[in-house]
Amino acid sequence: MGELLRTPAENKSVGQWLLDNIVTLIFVAFTLFGFFVSDNVSLPFFLSELSSRIFRNSFLVLSLIIPVLAGLGLNFGIVIGAMSGQIAISIVRYFELGGISGLLYAFVIAFFVAALCGYFTGLLYNKTRGQEMIASLIVGYFANGIYQFLFLFVVGVIIAVPATHPMIKPDGIGIRMTVDLVPVKSGGLKYALDDIWTMPFVYALLVIAVGIIIFTIARYWFNEKRGEGYRNNRRSAAGNILLGLALAAVSLYSIAAETSLLMVRRVPVVTGLLILALCIFTVLITKTKLGQDFRSAGFNQHVSQVSGINVDQTRIIATVISTVLAAWGQIIYLQNMGTLNTYNAHTQIGMFSVASLLVGGASTSNANIKNAIFGTILFNSMFIMSPEIGQSLFGQALLGEYFRTFMVYGVIGLALGLYVWKALKQSKAAALKED
Amino acid sequence: MSEDLLCFRNVSKNYYGNNVLSNISFDVKKGEIHALIGENGAGKSTLMNILFGMPVIHTTGGYSGDILIDGKKVDIKSPHAAMEAGIGMVHQEFMLIPQYTIAENIKLNREITSPNVISRVFGKRLETIDMASMNADSRKALDKLDMDIEAYTVVAGLPVGHMEFIEIAREIDKTGLKILVFDEPTAVLTESEAQNLLAAIRRLAGMGIGIIFISHRLDEIVSVADRVTVLRDGEHVATKNISDTNAAEIASLMIGRKVSIERAGGPRVNISDEIELSIEDLHVAMPGEKVKGIDLQVKKGEIVGIGGLAGQGKLGIANGIMGTYPTRGRVVFKGKELKLNDPHSTIESGIAFVSEDRKGVGLLLNESIELNIAFTAMQIKNRFMKNVMGMKFQNDSEMRSHALRMIKELDIRCESPAQHTGSLSGGNQQKVCVARALTQEPTFLFVSEPTRGIDIGAKKLILDLLLKLNEEMGMTIVMTSSELAELRSICDRIVIICEGKIGGVLPPDATDAEFGLLMSGSKANTAERSL
Repeated sequence: MGELLRTPAENKSVGQWLLDNIVTLIFVAFTLFGFFVSDNVSLPFFLSELSSRIFRNSFLVLSLIIPVLAGLGLNFGIVIGAMSGQIAISIVRYFELGGISGLLYAFVIAFFVAALCGYFTGLLYNKTRGQEMIASLIVGYFANGIYQFLFLFVVGVIIAVPATHPMIKPDGIGIRMTVDLVPVKSGGLKYALDDIWTMPFVYALLVIAVGIIIFTIARYWFNEKRGEGYRNNRRSAAGNILLGLALAAVSLYSIAAETSLLMVRRVPVVTGLLILALCIFTVLITKTKLGQDFRSAGFNQHVSQVSGINVDQTRIIATVISTVLAAWGQIIYLQNMGTLNTYNAHTQIGMFSVASLLVGGASTSNANIKNAIFGTILFNSMFIMSPEIGQSLFGQALLGEYFRTFMVYGVIGLALGLYVWKALKQSKAAALKED
Repeated sequence: MSEDLLCFRNVSKNYYGNNVLSNISFDVKKGEIHALIGENGAGKSTLMNILFGMPVIHTTGGYSGDILIDGKKVDIKSPHAAMEAGIGMVHQEFMLIPQYTIAENIKLNREITSPNVISRVFGKRLETIDMASMNADSRKALDKLDMDIEAYTVVAGLPVGHMEFIEIAREIDKTGLKILVFDEPTAVLTESEAQNLLAAIRRLAGMGIGIIFISHRLDEIVSVADRVTVLRDGEHVATKNISDTNAAEIASLMIGRKVSIERAGGPRVNISDEIELSIEDLHVAMPGEKVKGIDLQVKKGEIVGIGGLAGQGKLGIANGIMGTYPTRGRVVFKGKELKLNDPHSTIESGIAFVSEDRKGVGLLLNESIELNIAFTAMQIKNRFMKNVMGMKFQNDSEMRSHALRMIKELDIRCESPAQHTGSLSGGNQQKVCVARALTQEPTFLFVSEPTRGIDIGAKKLILDLLLKLNEEMGMTIVMTSSELAELRSICDRIVIICEGKIGGVLPPDATDAEFGLLMSGSKANTAERSL
């Protein structure tokens, strides 16, 4: 959020700032435009949709941060993590393990499957140095092939399964196109995490607002106390506190005046806490020796190698962490969806998550939690609004759907292109600036 | 001699039977600044690689001879072992991460960490970084160098001089540093920064650290070092006290006379007074060979040599004019100003270039000899093309007959014009490059490193060919080469490039000391003669 709230630094012109944040600005403008032209989108509907999408997707987007820090770029390979998560869910569903314990089983199984896949992916990235992103994209398609082989052939032909099982296709070979995950009450996984504890949207908003304020003040105070005052940025701290106060004011007003915001769908608290935990994990790991190694290897592999850092191993660890997190993220996603779309659920995950991160202002070499959360909010706003815009402008919601696809790939292309263009411009300027 | 910190005793090294170092013996005393000087390929880097236990040494059979530290024989197997033995190095290219703070760079991979709950379970790598202690430690190292910059400043954007000091601070911060090697430390610094650095080096020596100072700047060596060791072609030429010698003597020791100059013919007649190429304030951003403002005039019919040590910018001149790297300045060719950064128009104006990068830029290795010869002319001059129904096709028969003529004239030894250039020997590849340049029908030829990687017999052929082109076709030639002897054998005058600028211009029969002094950028430029 800081990128937008922070006024441009003194030595940067407004034009430069616009260029740096162009992707983010396009999305903000698009969402506002959507509200402007379509009159049948109510705020409660929008916020209900948005909040459920945020809780569903944030974990996946956050799993992309560590590879970016370690210099691997945008890890499209999280689809492999997503597949691992789906394998775990399938196993749990097959043995009809439900509820929270079933979910925990799924997490544990996914950990081992994803860690193994992540290790091999990491090895591949070390062999394709400099082309990690395209390698991650291709290895995702490759893994999809194996996944289909596993689910359409191995299950039933090599592993004997009863044809009567609700997951298995009637001919006894392969898993069905869609698998119902069954509500928790009937011994399934649907909403197993979300329904542990829910809370009204406006209260959640208040908690988040207070959380932002307390966190900002505490961090400021800690840095001063530890003699690291130079880490504090007054402007961004003030921005965060203002944002917190604004959110708190909105929620308090809504509670007091009983506005329509009270009609917004209740939010899943435990899912939210898990996302928060992942944020904290990501921050803490950057403060460890391992995190420092990630960054060193990310900035300059050669210098890191010469300084004795095991660059290859560091990059593999980063890939494993990312893949495991993506697997868990996919489990969170699926328990919220309630059905496993066996052969399609994972295919778009990589693209959508990467696009979200880029929309939040990240680049292939720099990403943080703010980028991930803010990007998830913006990207999903676009997702909700585009059919509405298609409907009200052209009378066809489908047109908005096409536009959605255009935006996803357009954003990735634009962000990558701009990044390379900026780097090239900088290196040219630096080369001729000498003497 | 207990004072001897580091001794080399008869250190020799060969790569696949090629002797690159033979019987090097010298020692570095405690608190001494010992300069090491030599031309490119004299063996300085190999010697330092041995000292640092670089893998390249051990994977090629190790070395012979002994290295003694504090009088004890040591066997350094890896860079890490070198560090533990108390040997540090300040690299020529900075080993810094610009996005990090000074403290993070000084402590790179030696970060101070404190245990936490998670690290007690999962191991040391998850310990928390203690940035405050890192800053404090870095502060101490920076204080030793009299640097009053805050340790938490980010490195990106600092002046180059500061970066050098951060590298030094990192070495000082390592415990038990005994010997510190500086590899061309002042090459990238401004004059005042260089003075600060030399003062810091003296201070370090004052703390009892032995310093090995590798530099090609004779003035600096004379002013800062206590003793100097000169290497030439892998041999130990001399070790002298600075007080017993002077810059001119060191320079002539460094160059030596390797090959007797065999100049063909007497004074040449076909040099006219007309200035064919005039270069004003040329800057070229060629990585590792930056040109920083050169003015040069070349007369019609002349052969001009461009010499100098590697990395000084001599290769940048031809590459810049031909448009291979970003360039600015003014170049006038035959009265018309050349459009810079545009290879097409440069070639079109009648300048051809035989690149030093024969296998990269010079040739299409997987294509035939005939295509390689015709290629540039096809692109630029539309030669070897025929029109068939409004579309252009390559004219194979014309290409073949032209290639056969070139093969005969230049004596290219090949099986057929269809042979791939990748399978030719170095000398014949070079001839194909020259043939291609000639096919463009130039009046002016840039030749860079024409004899690199070519055996001695073929070298002579290439040089004779150049001389023939000049004498018979009146072609003006600018030849860039690292081999002074080769420049001296055919050039009318030799321009020595030092630090991106012209160090001076010498006639081919000038003495070794004169060349050596110019190459080393010595300010005692009494050696320069007017032509």
